[in-house]
Amino acid sequence: MSRSRNKFLFGGLIILAAVVYLIVSSTAAGAQFFFTVDELLADGPGAVGKPARVAGAVLGDTIVYDTETLTLSFTIVHTPGDTRLINDEGGLAAALDAAVADPTRNRLQVVYVGVKPDLLQHAAEAIVSGQIDESGVFHANELLLRCPTRYEEALPAQAQG
Amino acid sequence: MIADLGFFALFIALLLALYACCSAVVGQVRGEPRWTASARAATLLCFPLLTISALSIIYSLATLDFQLQYVAQVTSRSMPMYLRVTALWGGQSGSLVFWAWLMAAFTSGVMLRNWRRDRDLLPWVILVCMFTLAFFLVLIVFFENPFLRMWQGVTGAVWTAMWQPAGAQAYLPMDGNGLNPLLRHPGMIIHPPVLYLGFVSFVVPFAFAIAALITGRSDDRWIRLTRRWSLVAWLFLSLGLILGSRWAYDVLGWGGYWGWDPVEIAAFMPWLTGTAFLHSVMIQEKRGLFKHWNMLLIILTYDLVIFGTFLTRSGVLSSVHSFAQSAIGPMFFAFIAITLGASLALLSWRWNTLKSEVEITSLLSREALFLLNNFLFISILVICFLGVIFPLASELLTGQQITVGPVYYESATGPLWAALLLIMGVAPLSAWRASTARTLGRAIWKPFIASLLVLVALLIGGMRNPGALLGFWLCAFVGFVTLYEFWRGAAARSARGENFALALWRLVARNRRRYGGYIIHLGVVLLAIGIIGIELFQQETQGSLAPGERLQLGGYQIEFVSLIEFQTDDGRLVDRAVVDVYRDGRYVTQLYPRQDFYFESGQPMTISGLHNTWEADVYVLLVGWEPLSGQKATFKVYLNPLVNWVWTGGFVFILGTLVASWPERETIELAAPSRLRGRRAAAGARR
Repeated sequence: MSRSRNKFLFGGLIILAAVVYLIVSSTAAGAQFFFTVDELLADGPGAVGKPARVAGAVLGDTIVYDTETLTLSFTIVHTPGDTRLINDEGGLAAALDAAVADPTRNRLQVVYVGVKPDLLQHAAEAIVSGQIDESGVFHANELLLRCPTRYEEALPAQAQG
Repeated sequence: MIADLGFFALFIALLLALYACCSAVVGQVRGEPRWTASARAATLLCFPLLTISALSIIYSLATLDFQLQYVAQVTSRSMPMYLRVTALWGGQSGSLVFWAWLMAAFTSGVMLRNWRRDRDLLPWVILVCMFTLAFFLVLIVFFENPFLRMWQGVTGAVWTAMWQPAGAQAYLPMDGNGLNPLLRHPGMIIHPPVLYLGFVSFVVPFAFAIAALITGRSDDRWIRLTRRWSLVAWLFLSLGLILGSRWAYDVLGWGGYWGWDPVEIAAFMPWLTGTAFLHSVMIQEKRGLFKHWNMLLIILTYDLVIFGTFLTRSGVLSSVHSFAQSAIGPMFFAFIAITLGASLALLSWRWNTLKSEVEITSLLSREALFLLNNFLFISILVICFLGVIFPLASELLTGQQITVGPVYYESATGPLWAALLLIMGVAPLSAWRASTARTLGRAIWKPFIASLLVLVALLIGGMRNPGALLGFWLCAFVGFVTLYEFWRGAAARSARGENFALALWRLVARNRRRYGGYIIHLGVVLLAIGIIGIELFQQETQGSLAPGERLQLGGYQIEFVSLIEFQTDDGRLVDRAVVDVYRDGRYVTQLYPRQDFYFESGQPMTISGLHNTWEADVYVLLVGWEPLSGQKATFKVYLNPLVNWVWTGGFVFILGTLVASWPERETIELAAPSRLRGRRAAAGARR
């Protein structure tokens, strides 16, 4: 009995080790540091060329899409990274609106080649993965968007007294 | 007034649910059946009350009662009727009501079906189900009330309240916000409710498991009673995931079907534990093993369902950032903590009564392979869970938020999926108790040779990607092994004089669970073939074309023909391109990729043109054009190999689950003599 138990224990440990190895090696391969615009820019030259993920509010006027080359360029504005700070500003929607209305905040130009996402619009939150180059332009290879205002808005805009 | 009715119905249902919890416990503790009967009556009443509540939301949505905040958020005048009605689950509070309604329906179903048979378990089932229901009703009534009205004071400020505050007037918007364009898809009718059906039905086996723990029953009665519930729950969960992938493929316009985003994973995690559970309960039924493990799995599944409901309820918000945004986030976490803690406490209290009846001895026995299967599923679950909480955990530990993308999930789970696929092929052939490599080898050498032939054919065909070769070989091997099982079973029957087709039919009809399971396995093989195809061989290209110009991709040529722009009466500006698809110079078909611009939300929506074959999908997106002349347009084209196999695999998968969960009565009628035997055995089991 105990011999067979050892056998199972041994087999189990081997598989466990394999799974742990898979998790560790994949984490190393798939991990991206999540920055706010301020944090990324504060790193200065140290951040150049390193894989990073940045979130910020999209400035609608800056969106340029060259459909010949599918090159998409836009600017994002710093938004707080901490949930508590976002809540202090009244939720994600309000935080994004505050960000795009504030000309003093840090901005980051993003370049992405691919299909322009439907949700890319003014005051949406863009989450871009890629790396920043020496001239301070962020080259994204992945672009995700969230626009909270579209889903859970407190009050519809059109009103009749 | 309809809204008042709906709200009152909700509130009374909440009181009844709380009352049912208390009276069920009182009835058991004091041993007074009338309390128990009263708990049952209260439980049964919740369903009609919640039906009234859900109907009054649907009525308000259909009639566009914009004074209700919920209606104004999720509908608008331009939305067609089917979307107004399905907007019941288009927003958070409505989907919570829908959840509660399903919960009440299922609990009533259990009460009506099993009441006479299982008096000892059912009061505790009432307690668990009604406690869960009460939690959701508290959320709805006090935090996410879909019947809140909007009011405007003299200062012009607008706020929400159930009834008219002093000095305020009703605030009636002209139009609502409307559902996000991404959700305006026929998929909206079916994907969310099916997923929710899957979520909610898993509460029933959990409730029976807890009842078994409380009453101290160590047998597998709770498993047998809820076998079909679990299968049906799993069926809906699987179907919900497949439909969601299809929706993503059709609507999201990135040529993919699964993005490893937290919301997807949230729905996927209970599926993982549920799948492990469905497999390991078979071992408990056959061999009396894994009793603790099964309890643990169903408890985990239940809490992952609650977690999944919480993460998916808002539909699109998909980041860990959104946790604290809603008032109900902490409540969900508290509820999960309470139920998980209480369940685990119960389990440890009953730990000793749930000892296994035998011990596993052989590494190649079927029970050992099932154990391995469970181990792998749980490993995948752990990987997914770590991925979801990684940003939170890393921020807590290092102050630096680190996220993991699809690369993490793919490379960590890939080998585990391959191992699962292999076990799926081998395990059904291994024997209970003990199996040796030799007996196993005898059962699989023929399919093994056949699968090697496939491998050789692929090599001759020019495939050199090692991952793809291994994957396709595994698929061929497992597919052949499974088909061989069907063939062996049917051949044995037809040797006794039945015609082969009939033999095959009866083989499946009389062993539904087993052969239904094999059909599911075949579906998984097809799914795997499709996933390998699209993951490893997807091609893409893009370009700007004048009419008559072509793009080349794989063996296909895409020719831009024309583009028109028009307005629809439901508030869209549509730009629709016409493209011809050629294969090696020969005309195949015409596609109409388009982009809809929704005026009210100012949001465009890209809809692909899709040419679907077994070999590959040609997936064309219209990404840009010259506004007025329409003389030039830009396209992004994907060639998605084998993606059709994913959907076919999904279909076969669901078919197999239906076979496995279909009621057995017809089988019994087919085989009259065995019916008596079956009854006697059942009677014996009851004693």
